[in-house]
Amino acid sequence: MTIEAWLRTDGRKGIRNVVAVAYLVECAHHVAREVTYPYREGGAHLIGFPGCFPNAYSHKMLERLCTHPNVGAVLLVSLGCEGFNKGRLLETIRESGRPVKLLVIQETGGTRSTIAEGQAWVAQTLQQLEHTPRAPMEIDELVVGTICGGSDATSGLTANPAMGRAFDFLVEQNATCIFEETGELIGMEHWMAERAQHPALGEEIVKAVAKAAKYYAAYGHASIGPGNADGGLTTIEEKSLGAYAKSGQSTISGIIKPGDVPVGGGLYLLDVVPDGEPRFGFPNISDNAEIAELIACGSHVILFSTGRGSVVGSAISPVIKVCANPDTFRRLADDMDVDAGRILEGRASLDEVGREIHDLVIDVANGGQTRSEVLGHQEFILTYKSFEPLGPACFPSAA
Amino acid sequence: MSTATDIDSRVLLLAPGDNVAIARCDLASGTVLVVQGQRVTLRDRILTGHKFAFRAVAQGERILKYSAPIGRAICAIEPGETMHLHNIASDYIPTYTLDEGHEFPGEHTHDH
Repeated sequence: MTIEAWLRTDGRKGIRNVVAVAYLVECAHHVAREVTYPYREGGAHLIGFPGCFPNAYSHKMLERLCTHPNVGAVLLVSLGCEGFNKGRLLETIRESGRPVKLLVIQETGGTRSTIAEGQAWVAQTLQQLEHTPRAPMEIDELVVGTICGGSDATSGLTANPAMGRAFDFLVEQNATCIFEETGELIGMEHWMAERAQHPALGEEIVKAVAKAAKYYAAYGHASIGPGNADGGLTTIEEKSLGAYAKSGQSTISGIIKPGDVPVGGGLYLLDVVPDGEPRFGFPNISDNAEIAELIACGSHVILFSTGRGSVVGSAISPVIKVCANPDTFRRLADDMDVDAGRILEGRASLDEVGREIHDLVIDVANGGQTRSEVLGHQEFILTYKSFEPLGPACFPSAA
Repeated sequence: MSTATDIDSRVLLLAPGDNVAIARCDLASGTVLVVQGQRVTLRDRILTGHKFAFRAVAQGERILKYSAPIGRAICAIEPGETMHLHNIASDYIPTYTLDEGHEFPGEHTHDH
């Protein structure tokens, strides 16, 4: 199976052809949103960072997102006095070969004139992107991320293991698959370590989960909320057991951190919990913070499992929603791409739903619209974090 | 998924050594089921995906689901009882609920 992709001048291949409009401080958010609004169904997506103070993580995140293969061009919207290093970001995007423009509100005459200038640029650039060259893309060039949100006790029984099967099928074809949320893998660390490609990586996995447990303990409770409990999940270990099923059965090739793009196919664990002493609040304030990180790691498409019924999508990369709970599917069918609750009701096997998810990934990569895309979902959130560089044991062994 | 014939089709036992059974659909209190060849009468209503004990579980016993420890029994649990936060707790970090009295670190005790 081959995918018809958009070829970027840096050689990477995208499955969408988006103009990203990025605000560089909350003070520029309104202007950037107004610029994007008329074109949001035509391929303009709003992203940004609200903080006024510079931060290495948020800079790396916006760098990776603005040069993501699904992004064809970027408009940066700055107030003018914020701390974000806009010059460096502008240069990075320019070096990637993408059309890019920086608008500084304080130098462009304020709100009205910046919106007008921004909209004119977006309109013209969207037309220009129609001429982006196409290129065949093999499955081994595809990066797929997975997340669960609004989990209930059915998530770990149906949608997550079915997505795990889809991951197994993709990894067999040497695609790059990323699973995440070390805070929702607490209790699974030793199982994961046994699946590591080499023992030193196994030790890194155990350490990453211990870091997550310490971080959450400092905030008084685990990454499990009232809705999860209403849905039949009790402890973080039980939620983790369900979340872990998303990873499938493949060997774990490496650990990455937000913004690290894996080199070579295989299964990777994304460590989303900041390094060092707990600060800046909860590691991930909501599902879209994790989705943005998966996308910053190169994910072309996101698999999202939900039991309680999340409706979110994302800017930049399409989100495929796999509904775990058959009752939720009946209530929210319009928002769901896959009905994995059939497994619980004996109407389909895990393998059948896993294959269906795999085939849908290829269809969406070929331009098929997900439900969240059809409904206009383009959620995005980015906050402060801090990370240390990866240690050598986090990478696949040379052998 | 269990393929054993000694289990009711409305119930899942994810691994042979587990001490939790899972409802595949909403089950009413009083429902009589067979799990691992044993008859069990539900003492509570069990919603889809939720767990119940199909044999007696002692206080402090590890709760096993799909062979993985998901916490510990904080009291004795009778066969047919629902297994949730009133009788299971994490070995790692407590679960946050909207129950009265739950406080976050740094929060002051309310007078009301």
